Amino acid sequence: MKVNLKVWRQKDSDQKGHFENYTIDNVSPDSSFLEMFDILNEKLVSEGKEAIAFDHDCREGICGMCSMTINGIPHGPERKTTVCQLHMRKFKDGDTIVVEPWRAGAFPVKKDLVVSRDAFEEIQKAGGFISVRTGGARDANATLISKEVADKAMDAAQCIGCGACVAACPNAAAMLFTSAKVSHLNYLPQGAPEKDRRVIAMVEKMNELGFGNCTNYGECQAACPKGITLDNIAKMNREYIAAKARQIVGA
Amino acid sequence: MNLDPRIPSGPVAQKWDNFKQHMKLVNPSNRRKFHIIVVGSGLAGASAAATLAEQGYNISCFCYQDSPRRAHSIAAQGGINAAKNYQNDGDSIYRLFYDTVKGGDFRSREANVYRLAQESVNIIDQCVATGVPFAREYGGLLANRSFGGAQVSRTFYARGQTGQQLLLGAYSSLIRQIAAGKVTMYPRREMQELVLVDGKAKGVVMRNMFTGQIESYSGDAVLLCTGGYGNVFYLSTNAQGCSVSAAFKCYRKGAGFANPCFTQIHPTCIPQHGDQQSKLTLMSESLRNDGRVWVPKKASDCTKDPSEIAEEDRDYYLERKYPSFGNLAPRDISSRAAKEACDDGRGVGPMVSGSRRGVYLDFATAIARDGKAVVEDKYGNLFEMYERITGEDAYKRPMRIYPASHYTMGGLWVDYHLQSTIPGLFVLGEANFSDHGANRLGASALMQGLSDGYFVIPNTLPDYLAREGANRPSTNREEFVEAENSAKENIANLFAVKGTLSPRHFHMELGKVMWEYCGMARNADGLKKALGIIPQIREDFWKNVRVTGDANMLNPELERACRVADFLDFAEVMCYDALERNESCGAHFREEYQDAEGEAKRDDAHFSHAAVWEWQGRGKKPLRHQEEITHEEVAPVVRSYK
Repeated sequence: MKVNLKVWRQKDSDQKGHFENYTIDNVSPDSSFLEMFDILNEKLVSEGKEAIAFDHDCREGICGMCSMTINGIPHGPERKTTVCQLHMRKFKDGDTIVVEPWRAGAFPVKKDLVVSRDAFEEIQKAGGFISVRTGGARDANATLISKEVADKAMDAAQCIGCGACVAACPNAAAMLFTSAKVSHLNYLPQGAPEKDRRVIAMVEKMNELGFGNCTNYGECQAACPKGITLDNIAKMNREYIAAKARQIVGA
Repeated sequence: MNLDPRIPSGPVAQKWDNFKQHMKLVNPSNRRKFHIIVVGSGLAGASAAATLAEQGYNISCFCYQDSPRRAHSIAAQGGINAAKNYQNDGDSIYRLFYDTVKGGDFRSREANVYRLAQESVNIIDQCVATGVPFAREYGGLLANRSFGGAQVSRTFYARGQTGQQLLLGAYSSLIRQIAAGKVTMYPRREMQELVLVDGKAKGVVMRNMFTGQIESYSGDAVLLCTGGYGNVFYLSTNAQGCSVSAAFKCYRKGAGFANPCFTQIHPTCIPQHGDQQSKLTLMSESLRNDGRVWVPKKASDCTKDPSEIAEEDRDYYLERKYPSFGNLAPRDISSRAAKEACDDGRGVGPMVSGSRRGVYLDFATAIARDGKAVVEDKYGNLFEMYERITGEDAYKRPMRIYPASHYTMGGLWVDYHLQSTIPGLFVLGEANFSDHGANRLGASALMQGLSDGYFVIPNTLPDYLAREGANRPSTNREEFVEAENSAKENIANLFAVKGTLSPRHFHMELGKVMWEYCGMARNADGLKKALGIIPQIREDFWKNVRVTGDANMLNPELERACRVADFLDFAEVMCYDALERNESCGAHFREEYQDAEGEAKRDDAHFSHAAVWEWQGRGKKPLRHQEEITHEEVAPVVRSYK
């Protein structure tokens, strides 16, 4: 296959970026999108030019490192698929493909296609844990958790923290990410003692970090490679209001 | 080289308790005086950093990704073993211990393995407490499955993403300590040097991957939790950033490297599609519970559509050779059998570099027996993943699989305390060598990572700290300045080559040699040949590599060049180890040592030991030392899965 690429190049956070055009031939349709980028980078190196920086690691759709907006869609055209698992057979010979970094105020571009997602760490730090020490845990079967509840927690826990939801949202909101984290722990009985503190702390931290608000576009759900759904946002909003009410009345 | 394993006295079942009763402790109010460096944030690193911080120590934790949550432990699919015996099917700590020792082909230390089996039960409790959503039964109890040929159901799992959920659990404990100020997290840092002061590990030199700054960090001890070196083969199931570099820097500073030739090749990966391939993707081994492995009997059928190959023209070779275990034969055995079939010219799938490297994993029997819905319920996500990568529908057409480098049992030598041959340098998880012998069983890697991090090191490290006293050096000391200079010089040397070939080119070259001569089956001639070729590739690398960009910026080409340079130095010790281990055991199969039926011949009289290598300088043959492996509990037998 032959593909034409328009790729965002940016030296660092302080400088302005721009698109550059590249053309590469002989891409196998069985190659992944990132393997196509490897070929492009090899070509650039052979010409003595600087390779394009992009984030990637596991290349099997689970680490959440890869982050490219392809033709305007975070992770590209295939549903529930990260860039690393997107394959060139989904494109046509001669296509022109536009590749950009995640676009969101809270995710500054560090270089080319690499952004900083440190804001996600801050949200996690605010309450994305159960306060339990190592050792002294009770027997794992001492708390019964119905399959339905465990499954719901697992559905939310599948979030890979890639940030596609933020990149897809017209408001650059982090509601899907934050709500997935809150839901995972708040569904489980182990997470119950801290559930109010958690939802309040995580939501308020998220607001503080410059993410936008949710206006129910649902773009996040469509872009999520792990199929995290909007119900988590609804649940988080409910829990936040209830927790705030309890905080105010001191219940 | 001092290889005293420091195994506590007493019967195997009491050693760990004996140790804990006699170890030295650090008073809670004194713990804040100690500073511990943790390199790596996977299961071992995250759980160790979190637990030690909970105890009151100050921690600096480093990872090369943008967040500790992305470490490659996250990619483990199948599950984690624990001797809970929740299924009442005859499991026990002793049985898990026995299976692990036998599975490792009697090349692991009994005392370590017993401790691992003991701690396995605590791991599950701990993980559930941190919110890991393991699979449950309708009644609310934890579900289990049998995995990788085990005869009991002792594997706990979270769909096909067990590693992810366990890592997120450990990460949540870690981030709680980061929030509490007890752990300082340094992401986007790659280790360049280990720093010794008076012969003890007291610090590390890191490269800040955003700014290129070379930074020194000091501590009272260093914990290396940096995973395995499977990427030495170029193509593997490891993440792109996984490398031997951190472990190699320690080896170069005097840490013994044990059994580097014990590398596991996982039987069920998606085959290579062509020369542009950058990594191989593993399909959970659980597929072998229902899939039947076969190749055509006749080489002439290999290009045919599989549906056109009649039943009598198919060779279900695992069922034929191993009637009692069949398609569930252990990893090393099924991997080798696949290679034999393809070497015999009966491989299927695309032609890559002149041969077809694939065998069928066929679900037609399972679909006919249980219906498509049942198969979909069990393996739906894996079938989807297979379709995404290959574009083929495995409900209609058998999957193609082929073995790939997946895990490395070898690693830095550690004693019972997990301390390497360098005092103050402790090695956890896949980066050490101790628990899996010559072959790791399925669902045991996650168990070991968490056992080391949550339960072993929090008990063994205080003993070292109490004896050593708080004694954290300043990073202004000359040892740090020297280490920084050496890191800068290495980077400057790479830029100075100004050649024409990319770092990836050399990695691919090396990978081909290692896969060909030090892969699934090895022989003396091939290994000697590899030992001739590797120095040539290395020489070529240092003459012709081209690193674009510069040192003071985010530069993935430079990162790759650094890693490849270390792989080129490391590859030789792997081949020496394989060459001098004149036996076949576990994942190490030497073609010269097999019986008439092609089964591995172990040589307990001469090789019941860990081979521990000592660096002598680039291009020089390292020294080989031995730690005898004795068996008090489990008498070595021939592993038979027939």
